Amino acid sequence: MGKWTRRAFITTGVLTGGALVVGIAIRPGNRAGKVRDLIAGEGDTVLNIWLKVNTDNSITVIVPHAEMGQGVHTTLPMMLADEMDADWKNIRMLEAPGNKEYANYAMGKGFIMGPKDIPSMLIGTVDGFFLTATKQISLQMTGGSSSVRFTGMFAMRVAGAAARAVLLEAASEEWNVSTEELMVKNSIISHPPSNRTAPFASFVDKAASLSQPAKPRLKTSEEFTIMGTSPPRFDIPSKVDGTANFGIDVSLPNMKYAAIKASPVFGAKVKPLEASAIRDMPGVHKIVNLEGAIAVIADGYWLAKKAINELPVEFNKSDHDAVGLNDIYDQYLRDMNTAINEGNEEKDVKKGSIKDIFKEATNVIEAEYRVPYLAHATMEPMNCTALVKEDGCEIWVGSQNPLGFANSVAEVLDLDQEKVVVHNQYLGGGFGRRSVPDVAIQAALIAKEVDYPVKLIWSREDDIRQDHYREANISRFKASLNDSGQISAWNNQFVFKHDPEEAPHIPYGVENQFIHYTNSETHVPWGYWRSVDSSMHAFFTESFMDELAFRANKDPYQFRREHLTNAPRFLKVLDLAAEKANWGEALPANWGRGISLHQSFGTIVAQVAEIEIVEDALKVHRVVCVADPGFAFHPDGFTAQMESGIVFGLTAALYGEITIENGAVKQSNFHDYQMVRMHESPKIETHIVTSDNWPGGAGEPSTPGIAPALANAIFNASGIRIRELPVKNHEFKANTRILG
Amino acid sequence: MILKINNQSFEVDVDVATPLLWVIREQAGLTGTKFGCGIGQCGACTVQLDGVPIRSCLTPLQAAADKEVITIEGIANDTELHTIQRVWIEEQVPQCGYCQSGQIMSAHALLANNTSPTDKDIDEAMSGNICRCGTYSRIKTGIKRASEELAAASSINTENNG
Repeated sequence: MGKWTRRAFITTGVLTGGALVVGIAIRPGNRAGKVRDLIAGEGDTVLNIWLKVNTDNSITVIVPHAEMGQGVHTTLPMMLADEMDADWKNIRMLEAPGNKEYANYAMGKGFIMGPKDIPSMLIGTVDGFFLTATKQISLQMTGGSSSVRFTGMFAMRVAGAAARAVLLEAASEEWNVSTEELMVKNSIISHPPSNRTAPFASFVDKAASLSQPAKPRLKTSEEFTIMGTSPPRFDIPSKVDGTANFGIDVSLPNMKYAAIKASPVFGAKVKPLEASAIRDMPGVHKIVNLEGAIAVIADGYWLAKKAINELPVEFNKSDHDAVGLNDIYDQYLRDMNTAINEGNEEKDVKKGSIKDIFKEATNVIEAEYRVPYLAHATMEPMNCTALVKEDGCEIWVGSQNPLGFANSVAEVLDLDQEKVVVHNQYLGGGFGRRSVPDVAIQAALIAKEVDYPVKLIWSREDDIRQDHYREANISRFKASLNDSGQISAWNNQFVFKHDPEEAPHIPYGVENQFIHYTNSETHVPWGYWRSVDSSMHAFFTESFMDELAFRANKDPYQFRREHLTNAPRFLKVLDLAAEKANWGEALPANWGRGISLHQSFGTIVAQVAEIEIVEDALKVHRVVCVADPGFAFHPDGFTAQMESGIVFGLTAALYGEITIENGAVKQSNFHDYQMVRMHESPKIETHIVTSDNWPGGAGEPSTPGIAPALANAIFNASGIRIRELPVKNHEFKANTRILG
Repeated sequence: MILKINNQSFEVDVDVATPLLWVIREQAGLTGTKFGCGIGQCGACTVQLDGVPIRSCLTPLQAAADKEVITIEGIANDTELHTIQRVWIEEQVPQCGYCQSGQIMSAHALLANNTSPTDKDIDEAMSGNICRCGTYSRIKTGIKRASEELAAASSINTENNG
């Protein structure tokens, strides 16, 4: 453990009107002091207010994460309500404002320490160091499949348990009975020996006056009453009748609309336009010259879009005007080779000595895999509404990182961060894209030029061509098999390394491993894309495992099993997937099965894809998905996320391809950046394995494994090995059996 | 011109070439209909024009003259949700929810013409609507359940009226 300079504790307070609030506060020294800003004592920093007990005995849970369909606005309150023994029917949800007090300490801690190192869930051990670190990096982020894993486990459950403990303490004092004799159910405290019952709300004043920090005990999974059930999500009713407010739906008095034309080549500058260029365009009010783009403000979006299309927008030459995707691949290979020749590879995993093994090996297999760039293509195109006044700025946007957005906007407007208010809306898809503040910065710079609010909307073309992309990558393998068909050495080189750290690592027992990477910067902007590095490494490693199985003359499932003797958790997931998918049973002609196994964001997922090759086309019939997330707090929501991640990964595997031509993105819309549609969507069967491990994520872990399961199924059906995605670029001939 | 949406008349004063989508959203203030691609590829902007599902991002305002537009805000009655909407909640269909207005409007048009659609019918009617969250299997289940419930309700009505 590091040195503790500050301690955190549970604190309580009463709001005007009588609501109890429970939060976690950090203080440098003594505990004396008055309530400041709702719950902080003098010298305290309020970390967060997680819940309010209202006078009508309803409970408001404050969630510091954005809802983008992953159900976090429901699952996090469930975690709190369960620990509190609160009445689920009277739980309300409130999304926390984008404010540094809500900096996502829990997520920061999860990222920095990793769940394994967390000493205790009890709050007395929380270390202020992490709070400081988190605030410095301004995290109030929704991403990394982290909401349940970190905010839920650290903040929600602890706050719920603490509130329960404080209220019980209050009841015990008011009734002058021992807390052991008290019971709590559905937000009501009872004392059976004296037949007394009273709602939580009646103990609020007393609870708030208790001076000692609460020492909550968390429930064991056997004691859960809400966690592990699947109540209807709070956000769904508004999403079936058109009333859900996404960023793009914001409407403000006197609001006008902006469209934009940005430089197709990333980083190139635009030639400014004269204000008079819109002179003959009625309803078009202003041209705003930005560094790499020109925006037009008009009465309506269509008018703005038409105007920007008609204006003679030109861009300056840049150093990247001639760059194509193949140039980027060539650069990668050059840099990879140089790193090896010069011995300065970035080391990721080094175990044993691959050199010694390869020297003696007789069965050596090499393969090179490639994946292209990918755009996010959230259904809701990027947009942001901004109102800039002399002394501050308000923005309305769907953001995975409202605090980061506030910081970025404050910086470009030269304002204090407190002067930027972010009104976060529902996100029409996030997938990592809505953690990048580019559109908010543009909206603020545009709105700065006028005295009314402006809604900037990107077209789908802007969205595809101005993204922050999952990078193109090359992964090269060399492995050797010993006489019994076991992997004796594993050498893997690729480009770049971001998150999650374990993405390129294999769960298999291979004694000699060298996993390493090389950086090779390009002008194409990088961004978090659902499952991040795992979105490619599962394809690389699990396809290569299949190649090794084939060369070892073994069944791909059995081959994996043989390498999992020291990984029982992985083995269990793999075995169940094989069983549920009827692995080994005969399939019709031209059908194939492929299997994959990958862990990301703390969840292990095995998938079996069942496909058919019809002439030269491909049909994905069925995907069996087995996942061990430790515990699924909302099993139906978890299942929905597995399905979602698989369709997302299948779109990428089958169609996903952003190519660079003349420095710019070639694709522009759904006709050339294709999505899986209903008729292409397979039957997905999800099975959840519960284990005692720290909870894993839900939003991302099923995305990585579908590409290799699919590619391995194609090999099984046709003998064609897919070493480069997307699959659409390959031709199939059923039963060609080009083996090897 | 006068634009009729969900049994209400809106006086709109914009270029008649403006896509219906932007008139519905910005002039009528009905934001349930979404912008997704602008080229009729994704279905997020689906509304019904005299009962026919159309892509409002490609349909100029003038094409709606003397016609009735129905949007997601117009399929429930005053007291209760449409069966499809209710089933959508019961099946917990939406994730991010952005495409769902368009999905529901396409499903609504399908069920108006085909009371017991097969899987193939559903695939055909719904293949113009992209869902990036991949809720397709739940949408399909939702459509089947809604068709059963609508059929049951209509047979009760027939009996009552018969």
